[in-house]
Amino acid sequence: MAMATASSDQHRAAASETGRIEAHGWRVALVHAAPFLGMLVLALLLPLVGNDYWALIGTRMAIYWVLVSGLNLVVGFAGHLAIGYVALLTLGAYTTSVLVAGNVMPPVPVFAALPIAAVVGAIFGVIVGLPALRLRTFYFAMSTLGFATIVTQIALAWQSVTGGGVGIAGPEFPAPFNTAWGFYFLCVGIAAFTTWLSANVARSRFGRALIAVRDAEVAAEATGISKPKMLIAIFLLAGACAAVAGGLFASLQTYITPDAFTFDLSVLFFIAILIGGRGSIMGPMLGTIILTILPEIAAPLAAWSTFLYAVLLLLIVLVMPGGIAALLDFRSRRPLASNRAIVPRPAALAGIVRRSRGDKALALRGIALSFGNVKAIDGLDLDVAPGQIHGLIGPNGSGKTTTLNVISGYYAAKGGTMTLRADALPPGMPALRARHGIARTFQTPRVVGEATVLQNVMIGGTVEGRASFVEALLALPRNARDERMLAAKARALLGVVGLEGLADVRADRLQHSELRFIEIARALMLDPDFLLLDEPAAGLSGDEIDRLAELIKAVSARGTGILLVEHHADLIFDICHQITVLNLGRILAAGTPGEIRVHKEVVSAYLGG
Amino acid sequence: MLASIIAAGLASGAIYALVGVTYNTMFSTSRVMSFTAGQLAMLGGVFGSMFTLKLGMPVVAGFLLTLVCCAIIGIITEFIAVRPVLKSLDQHLYVLSTLAVALMIQQVAAIKWGTEPQPFPRLIGLGSGIWDEKFWLPVVACALTILGLEYLYRRTLVGRAFLAIAEDNFAARALGLPERNLRIASYALAGIIGGIAGFSGGELLLAFFANGALLNFYGFVPVALGGLGNNRGAIVGGLALGLFQQAANFLVGGIFSSVAVFTLFIVVLLAAPQGLFGGASARRV
Repeated sequence: MAMATASSDQHRAAASETGRIEAHGWRVALVHAAPFLGMLVLALLLPLVGNDYWALIGTRMAIYWVLVSGLNLVVGFAGHLAIGYVALLTLGAYTTSVLVAGNVMPPVPVFAALPIAAVVGAIFGVIVGLPALRLRTFYFAMSTLGFATIVTQIALAWQSVTGGGVGIAGPEFPAPFNTAWGFYFLCVGIAAFTTWLSANVARSRFGRALIAVRDAEVAAEATGISKPKMLIAIFLLAGACAAVAGGLFASLQTYITPDAFTFDLSVLFFIAILIGGRGSIMGPMLGTIILTILPEIAAPLAAWSTFLYAVLLLLIVLVMPGGIAALLDFRSRRPLASNRAIVPRPAALAGIVRRSRGDKALALRGIALSFGNVKAIDGLDLDVAPGQIHGLIGPNGSGKTTTLNVISGYYAAKGGTMTLRADALPPGMPALRARHGIARTFQTPRVVGEATVLQNVMIGGTVEGRASFVEALLALPRNARDERMLAAKARALLGVVGLEGLADVRADRLQHSELRFIEIARALMLDPDFLLLDEPAAGLSGDEIDRLAELIKAVSARGTGILLVEHHADLIFDICHQITVLNLGRILAAGTPGEIRVHKEVVSAYLGG
Repeated sequence: MLASIIAAGLASGAIYALVGVTYNTMFSTSRVMSFTAGQLAMLGGVFGSMFTLKLGMPVVAGFLLTLVCCAIIGIITEFIAVRPVLKSLDQHLYVLSTLAVALMIQQVAAIKWGTEPQPFPRLIGLGSGIWDEKFWLPVVACALTILGLEYLYRRTLVGRAFLAIAEDNFAARALGLPERNLRIASYALAGIIGGIAGFSGGELLLAFFANGALLNFYGFVPVALGGLGNNRGAIVGGLALGLFQQAANFLVGGIFSSVAVFTLFIVVLLAAPQGLFGGASARRV
């Protein structure tokens, strides 16, 4: 009877908790949406105060923003410097115009031509973005620049279709969109729609994954984020937005020639985002508005507008890398308590982390890896059993971290096998490890400084999400469920590691020791079968090390096998069930802590004594 | 026909190769890929035409003055766009800062010089047809520049210091090499090489402000093909690119030759991200 009451109490508590979180979620969503709704109201009020000239400026702003809202995901969130997006605007403008004019096939109504242009733009968005999948920033910047160069050349040379230098008439929209203000409202409507789409992506696990790939690519791979898939999805979206903007732009211009698409436009789009600030949507929107108005209110400067943009760009890079968004981010300027302590509550783990089934063992046999002539690992055998803490110790350069990197797939071993129960773990391919239930932390914490602590932890659960990119894009219910699940779990795990008070603080404001515990919380988001910890105690105080030890023991008690690389001998001998000692890539000794403590060679080579 | 493809291909290829070497020269001492490389070559043409044609100076004086101006612009780039962002190289801020400087150069050229291509004088007046100087001048300039660079790098102390910094910046500084001065010198040198590219290619490309963006791309392709910092790769890649472009121009027509070049660029980058002659990538974890 007493037990039944307790359990129904628990249910009630859980139900009210869920209700609270949902109400909380609505409030948060409203707070986030309020500035955008305010902008929309301002946009809808413009006809009351402006003349046709302002209709033109307003329309231009809305069209530019349609493009920038998509590009913002590429530049601001994924951090890829796409400097030639005017090419996709050009492509969309010509595709729409040519389809409506019927130069190559029977004329198409403009509202059918726009979606076709969007598809074409999406495809080319991916083609231009391909180098970004494998290469560093500058290459992608170059490939977009190259694309911008050749699109203009093609528009000039392919006279039978594009009209060459003479140009082609832009598409006309049917009533009621054929007046200045009618067209304005159409463009504002489309702009509001693309804002909504990009905000949905930005606030979903995909948006967080983009930022993770940008700022902590290695850690993102370890949490199972597939960079190519993510990037292709946003290149598709950004390309489609740009092409739709192009179709609208062609209609606004009424007649287009290659000259209409100067590189200056590209610069405007790109700089609007940087002025606005990375990882923000409101910032780039304000940036787009400011840059569109600037040449209008300073007419004598119109010829020098690109020069001004360039000066602005240089100033931003050198003086204000955070852009407008950083100026508006008042919360991050509030001081944090300076005497805060990390107080983990390992007991709470039971309600949060799924108990590992405990039927898998991680086994390494004869692993070998060399860098040049240096044998980093030379025939290593290692078993990590479920629910056990396995210590891996040895002097610097003995191959400990290298072993972790082989297990998590950053290095492909040149010899030997890795198995997880009966399945072979493929060498390399770090992004697949999370799905095998292997999570890890890093020697120097790799967290996303510009994201909040909560978001950082949520990144760890990216592969747990069920909603597809399209569902996230359209904010369908499954995505909302994912978000609630990930946020609740991340908050609970922050409670476990003792950092729940810092959940909404930007991670780059935290201390080193706090980052270590964030990494552990992030790794636990996976409900890992195996957890690889790379010197988790480095830089921690004595008290913190004791709490870390309790936390590690609690995690292993849930059935998770732990491989612990550490230099603190006390910690190792305290909590490990098994210890392997490495020296120069070979096993010096292996056994229980008791055996290792008295092992002659270990004592003389490593422990000292 | 084949002869004219080869002549035009080698000529434009030599210009691309020189722009590629300009990229590499800046990269070697600073690890920065600068968008000003193509602009420097554009300025080589614009300054050349301005000094020799508009101001009527003798060719040699105009040439030297052009190189001095380009070297100064190289040094300015180092001061305002490269040095301030070197501390945070991993954030790739240099892409933005050098882009900003490149845009300023381009915009000033467009406004002060004009947006129409303007003629470049005949420098020597030697040869005609496929042996016209506009075809062989860039090739000769490229060859002489390479010989000069080889001499600099192999035979002089300054050149060896350049190599040391390119090889291992930290070790070079620990040895007491004046890293900052050498970096400034390398940006001046890059300006000179870019100026040579623009001046020698002036008769082929004319003095045109939009050449900057074009050469930025076509000059970067050989660097991507050959691997960052690899001058030999850039030369081979540049000449190959010029021939490929001219052949494509002849075979499939003007529209698609640029498409062919772009496709080649993307395909090579995907197949061999480090370039065809490049070394292995750095460790990430």
